[in-house]
Amino acid sequence: MRSSKLGYLIKEGFKSIGTHGFMSFASVTIVVACLVIMGSFTLIGVNIGGILDEVESQIEVVAYVEETFTDEEARGLQTEIEYLDNVKSCQFVPRQQAMESYASQFQDQTLFQDVDASILRDRYIIYFDDISLMDETLDQLSQIIGVADISAHVEVADALVNVRNVVSAVSVILIVVLVLVCVFIMSNTVKLATLSRRDEIAIMKMVGASNGFIRFPFVVEGLVLGLLGGFLAFVIQWGIYDVVANKIMSGMLGRLITVIPFNTVSGSVMAIFMAVGLVVGVFGSSIAIRNYLEV
Amino acid sequence: MVLFENVSMTYPGGDFPAIDDMTFSIDDGEFVFLVGPSGSGKTSIIKLITGEVMADAGVLNVNGYDLRHMRRRKLPMMRRTVGVIFQDFRLIEDKTIYENVAFAMHVVGASNRDIRQRVPYVLELVGLQGCERRYPREVSGGEQQRVAVARAIVNSPQLLIADEPTGNLDPARSLELMLLMERINDNESGTTVLVVTHEKELVNSFSKRVIAIDEGQVVSDGMDGYYSYEIQ
Repeated sequence: MRSSKLGYLIKEGFKSIGTHGFMSFASVTIVVACLVIMGSFTLIGVNIGGILDEVESQIEVVAYVEETFTDEEARGLQTEIEYLDNVKSCQFVPRQQAMESYASQFQDQTLFQDVDASILRDRYIIYFDDISLMDETLDQLSQIIGVADISAHVEVADALVNVRNVVSAVSVILIVVLVLVCVFIMSNTVKLATLSRRDEIAIMKMVGASNGFIRFPFVVEGLVLGLLGGFLAFVIQWGIYDVVANKIMSGMLGRLITVIPFNTVSGSVMAIFMAVGLVVGVFGSSIAIRNYLEV
Repeated sequence: MVLFENVSMTYPGGDFPAIDDMTFSIDDGEFVFLVGPSGSGKTSIIKLITGEVMADAGVLNVNGYDLRHMRRRKLPMMRRTVGVIFQDFRLIEDKTIYENVAFAMHVVGASNRDIRQRVPYVLELVGLQGCERRYPREVSGGEQQRVAVARAIVNSPQLLIADEPTGNLDPARSLELMLLMERINDNESGTTVLVVTHEKELVNSFSKRVIAIDEGQVVSDGMDGYYSYEIQ
């Protein structure tokens, strides 16, 4: 393509944005609204996931070592425990340290003056990667020779796994429904925008314009509007997120949960929004004018 | 050159052929009136010539392109050899008069320099110098029709088709436009001109070839420049 022709087509695409100002505004607004709605629900899902991760990471399992094991033999179990797939970390706590830790919970330390630490067992504090696999991992732990007993809040873990499953399912359903609704609205907006230019396309065809010549400015227009919509949606999403996050963190809820800072997800949000804007703009406009090109 | 040889065409879902075994030809440089009552097939002939619809049978040749066997992607190339002027002008409302004409040159890949030279020349030819920056809605119907003429001839087409070009014009403007078409036929490298009309007086005031059609068939083809066929 000659550079003068390419320049003309790009210029036409940009000019068309201004000439069809209202439709451009409507298209960008729809893209922004859809992206912000989808983005908000996704970020809520991400935050709930983050909270659950945090709660789950605090669930500890205590494995007690056989009383007959010497200190050296007890410490030797660490490698075997760590070797298990689902074990994230494992810390050896000798009986003396366990006693100190227990006693520290009481104000009156004299109560434990004559208590021998040998009444307690050496133990391991273990954290799992995935608490949904708790049953299987506990089974593996119990088979290690030297592990006498295991203490784990299986019911709490099960409850958390259930909550996560429900949250994940609801999030996925909501996002899928929202994506479908948004795709429907966006495609109709693009169709409406091109419908008003049906005559213009017919005239272009009549003077001998090729399909590529007609399509190119539409694609440029769609690309620019899509990217603009994606960028504006990102800025608005950032603003909404910051306002809501500050409200939560400064209130009662802020003492219980931590909101993921926007800057940790901003790169992904920006990339996804711009990509969605680009795809909707370019493919939406190309597909929408396809029917009018068959003249 | 336009060649219709036993051409037939029925619209999808239609019961009767819009064009029925039609045969005629128009040589390069001719000026021809195509006349006939409403529904006789005049617009269908234009649609066939511009490749908007395809013939079902026969031989259809326009400016060297065999329209029945040509690949669809070659259609834009064929259309560039034909200029069409419509009764409703069909100008792009959000482009200035200059842009409406220049646009047709951009389509064929003309350089900016050529466009800057050619468009003012053509606008002057149709008497629209000084109107370059105005939009179609800002000029009269007659001037809009002249913009349509300028757009149709700017690429020096081999064939110029005017579909009821005077339908929206008063008699004085109609005559003016027809004289302009005659000038284009004489001057613009002998452009072939096909004027579709049902204005009897206008046709009879020019001594040109007149092809009359009815019910999709040629009913008379005379060189006497007389609109002899009566509109039913």
